[in-house]
Amino acid sequence: MTEPGQAKDFLSQMILIREFETIAEGLTLRGKVPGGMHNSSGQEAVAVGVMAALKDEDAIASTHRSHHHSIARGMSTQSMMAELFTKSTGCSRGRGGSMHLVDLSRNYFGGNGIVGAGVSIAMGLALGIHILKKNSIAVGFMGDGAINTGRTWESINMAVIWNLPLLIVIDNNQYAVETFMDRVTGGKDFVARAKSFGMSAEVIDGQNVEEVYEATARARERILAGEGPQLINAVTYRYFGHNVGEVGKYRTQEEISDWKSNKDPIDNWISNLLAKKMITEDEISEIRENAKLEIGKAVEFAEASPFPDTNTVADDVDSGSLLRQL
Amino acid sequence: MTVVTYSEAWRSGLREEMNKDASIFVMGTDLQERGGHFSQVKGLAEEFGPERIRDTPISESAMVAAGVGSAMLGARPIIDLNFMDFAYGAMDEIINQAAKIRYMFGADLPLIIRATAGIALFGPQHNNSFESLFAAIPGLSVAVPYRPYDVKGLLKTSLRGSDPVIFIMHKKLTGAKGEIAGEDVFIPFGKARIAAEGSDVLIVTYGYSVEVASKAAELMKTEGVSVEVMDLRTVYPIDYEMVLQRAQDIGRVIVADEAPLFGSITGEIASTISEKLHSSLKAPVLRIGAKRVPIGANPQLVSASIPNVEDYQAAIRKVLTF
Ligand SMILES: Cc1ncc(C[n+]2csc(CCOP(=O)(O)OP(=O)(O)O)c2C)c(N)n1
Ligand SMILES: [Mg+2]
Repeated sequence: MTEPGQAKDFLSQMILIREFETIAEGLTLRGKVPGGMHNSSGQEAVAVGVMAALKDEDAIASTHRSHHHSIARGMSTQSMMAELFTKSTGCSRGRGGSMHLVDLSRNYFGGNGIVGAGVSIAMGLALGIHILKKNSIAVGFMGDGAINTGRTWESINMAVIWNLPLLIVIDNNQYAVETFMDRVTGGKDFVARAKSFGMSAEVIDGQNVEEVYEATARARERILAGEGPQLINAVTYRYFGHNVGEVGKYRTQEEISDWKSNKDPIDNWISNLLAKKMITEDEISEIRENAKLEIGKAVEFAEASPFPDTNTVADDVDSGSLLRQL
Repeated sequence: MTVVTYSEAWRSGLREEMNKDASIFVMGTDLQERGGHFSQVKGLAEEFGPERIRDTPISESAMVAAGVGSAMLGARPIIDLNFMDFAYGAMDEIINQAAKIRYMFGADLPLIIRATAGIALFGPQHNNSFESLFAAIPGLSVAVPYRPYDVKGLLKTSLRGSDPVIFIMHKKLTGAKGEIAGEDVFIPFGKARIAAEGSDVLIVTYGYSVEVASKAAELMKTEGVSVEVMDLRTVYPIDYEMVLQRAQDIGRVIVADEAPLFGSITGEIASTISEKLHSSLKAPVLRIGAKRVPIGANPQLVSASIPNVEDYQAAIRKVLTF
């Protein structure tokens, strides 16, 4: 059982993510986020549970839907919001936008605009850990849609044959844009598919932050014990459209409200903590208040920050290192 | 004539041909419910059913490979990648397979790969100008239409042909309206058109840049300069007959697009004009293009990376100084 301090941290982080996404969604609709964004509301427990079980030295690569991963990894919400606004103070200096949040100082190697690319890069991070003889693991996030990219399975095969310290987390919100996973996934069973590649895998409730945390901690231990790459299929749900502003007919209102009212990761965690008397209503209000304050500040910071200087547009395409006479 | 959007023009040509030829089918992600990311096949799944408007997993290399195989067997597949940026994941299938099948095996390969490209928002991994890369590959033909009319006409030709086509549509033109022709109008590859007539300076361009060039041409009238804008419509093959004829007639030429100048289509055209017409030109051939940078998420960085109307005007004034 999670101890009280950590239990509250889980809650604070999930609420912070929800607040970030709610505010960012509104700002996107008001035209503040060039190119739009992918909202992760509903998927908070996956990010928070996984990141809580990782260590600073572990290396992570993410996807196009990565605000929740970024916040749970401890990234500054100011540099994230500024990046959404494409400001020069953003974590990618306004060059990446919402899909390319990054924090190298946290071994967080960035979001990705290409489906399946992040998880493959995580395999490379795992190889790097192996080659450089580090005592850590690499984590690659992917969506249910990425399960059908060829690069994913080429990477998994390599991780298995080389016994790499790789954890793959499927942030499985069950839809890829407007396509339900079962319609496009042969065998329909991600875990069975991973196992057939010689990889340990399990399916978990991605709405239960504690379950996600424990599964990740277990997987991490197994990897460090040399048991090879592991896969966690965390079943979750995305509350909003694929991109901000999209409403489709591909899923029913009943399905959406069922997930929101009965399986919400934040509400369920609160009920759990209240039942166990691990938190008070006052503490919950304070957590919510703090989240509002923090995200409010992030927006202020983003608003006040300058756009990138267009004179820098051609900087850093390469470093010039090869031009030097050695 | 009917006026429709650029996306609807694609749909119109596709519908007409699908009604005539049962071997035509389309595959890609999110085509059925969503109608594609650019509404390019909206409603066609209801009309033609899920066998002919097929939803795929996110498996670009398998999609193109499926296109190669089924085309060799006589079907007419259209692989819709939505964004051209996802073609990177299928480059072997496009360049090593589709492009070389006829040369190696003598087989027909009526395969169309459609995608939306060009520079807009969405950041570095969703903004690439690929046309020079594809045009450089022997075996591939590359359509880059500007008007709805040409979208439809070039698509219809592609669907009657027996060779692989890379069909590039520009993001910023998705909702742009224009006339389209009826059932029987087919536009051949390698035939340019004059978008605006002029006599002092010739701009050779294609795709969305036709719009920017035309604006510049309009603005230059106030300076008493008459600018001709040529819309290539396809960048492989290039209508060199028309390019060289007009270049010779006018004598001052600018070649323009929004791809990085280094290694671009504009370099290919400018060098050909210079080689063939050196002595009859009144000025060196100038080029307009993008900086050699990835496209940032920030809109100001985007604008700083690619040419705008003022850059066109400056180039026009400059070519007149010689
Ligand atoms: C290689 C590639 N193909 C297609 C796309 C377009 N695209 C962006 S997100 C997405 C759906 C991804 O679904 P999933 O992996 O389940 O992630 P989710 O959006 O649900 O978080 C698609 C098809 C892309 N970005 N990259
Ligand atoms: Mg998904």
